[in-house]
Amino acid sequence: MANKFTLTLKKALDAIRAKLSKKPEPRKTIESDFVLETESLGITFGGLKAVQNVNLKIKKNEIYGLIGPNGAGKTTVFNLLTGVYLPTDGTFYLGGEELKGLHQEQINHKGIARTFQNIRLFNNMTVVRNVMVGLQNQPEYKCSLFESLFRLPRHFKTERAMRKRAKELLEIFGLLEERNNLACNLPYGKQRKLEIARALATNPRLLLLDEPAAGMNPNETADLMDTIRLIRDKFDMTVLLIEHDLKFVSGLCDRITVLNFGTVLTEGTAQDALNHPDVIKAYIGN
Amino acid sequence: MDFLITLVNGLSLGGIYAMIALGYTMVYGIAKMLNFAHGDIIMVGGYTILLFLPINPVLAIVAAIVFCVIVGIVVEKCAYKPLRGSSPLAVLITAIGVSTLLQSLAQVLFGSAPKQQMVDLGALKIGELSIGYSTIITLVCSIAVMVALNLFVKYTKTGRAMVAVSEDKGAAQLMGINVNFIIMITFAIGSALAALAGLFYFLKIQTMTTTFGALPGIKAFTAAVIGGIGSIPGAMVGGLLLGVIECIAQSIPALSPYTDAIEFSILIIILLVKPTGLLGKKRREKV
Repeated sequence: MANKFTLTLKKALDAIRAKLSKKPEPRKTIESDFVLETESLGITFGGLKAVQNVNLKIKKNEIYGLIGPNGAGKTTVFNLLTGVYLPTDGTFYLGGEELKGLHQEQINHKGIARTFQNIRLFNNMTVVRNVMVGLQNQPEYKCSLFESLFRLPRHFKTERAMRKRAKELLEIFGLLEERNNLACNLPYGKQRKLEIARALATNPRLLLLDEPAAGMNPNETADLMDTIRLIRDKFDMTVLLIEHDLKFVSGLCDRITVLNFGTVLTEGTAQDALNHPDVIKAYIGN
Repeated sequence: MDFLITLVNGLSLGGIYAMIALGYTMVYGIAKMLNFAHGDIIMVGGYTILLFLPINPVLAIVAAIVFCVIVGIVVEKCAYKPLRGSSPLAVLITAIGVSTLLQSLAQVLFGSAPKQQMVDLGALKIGELSIGYSTIITLVCSIAVMVALNLFVKYTKTGRAMVAVSEDKGAAQLMGINVNFIIMITFAIGSALAALAGLFYFLKIQTMTTTFGALPGIKAFTAAVIGGIGSIPGAMVGGLLLGVIECIAQSIPALSPYTDAIEFSILIIILLVKPTGLLGKKRREKV
């Protein structure tokens, strides 16, 4: 009895040891000139093909639009790219490195950050702390739990550096005045901006914006277009955005892809794609 | 004068409840689950202390904390992590299962007979007053632990990440926070607090059984709900309040048989008046 027990225990320990010592497989890489490249990306829920055969190729410093009628699968594509869902078909590469199968936080560390269709800030934290949550996982602000607990010099150094960087980011978005307010007390337009600031704080290479102009008035929308261009220039950023406002899309995006019922209708420059007969049919019927 | 002693005793007992309640409330706030096996972590701590006490008291305390942290993390990894994202009811039943498992395991290892161990630390005498040193130590330690925990949550990166995860797990993950690690840390802190609570509760009742953690566990859960579950200051206030009420009720001969009834009635009254607990936040859905 005791012998059997120790034997089982030994087996379990061996299994754990084997799991610990196993090195992670090197991730597949490809030669790619694009920041983001998806290869017949798709996902099936049960029998429903929510998204299939999406091939995006996004160049550096591009502002790329993803549009389509409601339920076309735009947000699902974002969820695939950020690791919320695991693709059932195809794969995707960031700068030539395959990211499929990584956890959400790992994909974020690799350089994809996003905002949400319905704002998801940390409501009961101050504005500046929201941004600091985005900042704190980067290697340059590394500080171990031990150092934090015993208030070693590095703790104060990283805290100061993070606060400084957070203030810089907030200044760009005109939120510096409100930095000590709770995030839930900001007006809607500013909450949207704070979400972008928080995503940028994670130092991404690719920024995904899910309906950034939703619920904004024309002035705020125009202001947002300038902000997104500013982000591209100042942070050397590549942006992929979902939007329903076609004026916003045609005014801002270099190229777009139109989705309908989970498949790609067409892609190309904003003017070409929006004048495509299939796109007009999908939006306003025959 | 008698009232002062009752108050000190109450605060000391309340400190124990508060430490346990913190474990319930932090796990609820971050993993959104009720960990009903938390009371049995106290029992694990108690037995570890009993085992190591003949060797060295300090070693016993350290061993209890370390062992409880290990048990807490193992339980989380083996029982709760595979169920993440499944229905809350499944997790709740699993927690009750873990609780039974730990109790039965203790029964196999230590037998079902209660074990007694007298530990007398003496008493502080000021004139007429006499307060046990163990009571004072409990009170001081529990306050120190609560202050330290508050500082930890407020001023460290891990603490900030914990607040972020409790606000919105999904968004925190997409901002690069390793949610699994944060949940593990939460269980570790909760279990360490449970070990300390086990030590102080043992000093108080000096008898060890396999259901040692059940009563303080359920009282602390009540305290966490009174204070507003999910709120760290709420657990502290709720714990201290419940401890003081218990000791006052016990010191009045007419009321002492009804101590538990009084405590749970207060829970019901508070929930009727303020359903989110004393310091719980109202959640209003914005449309």
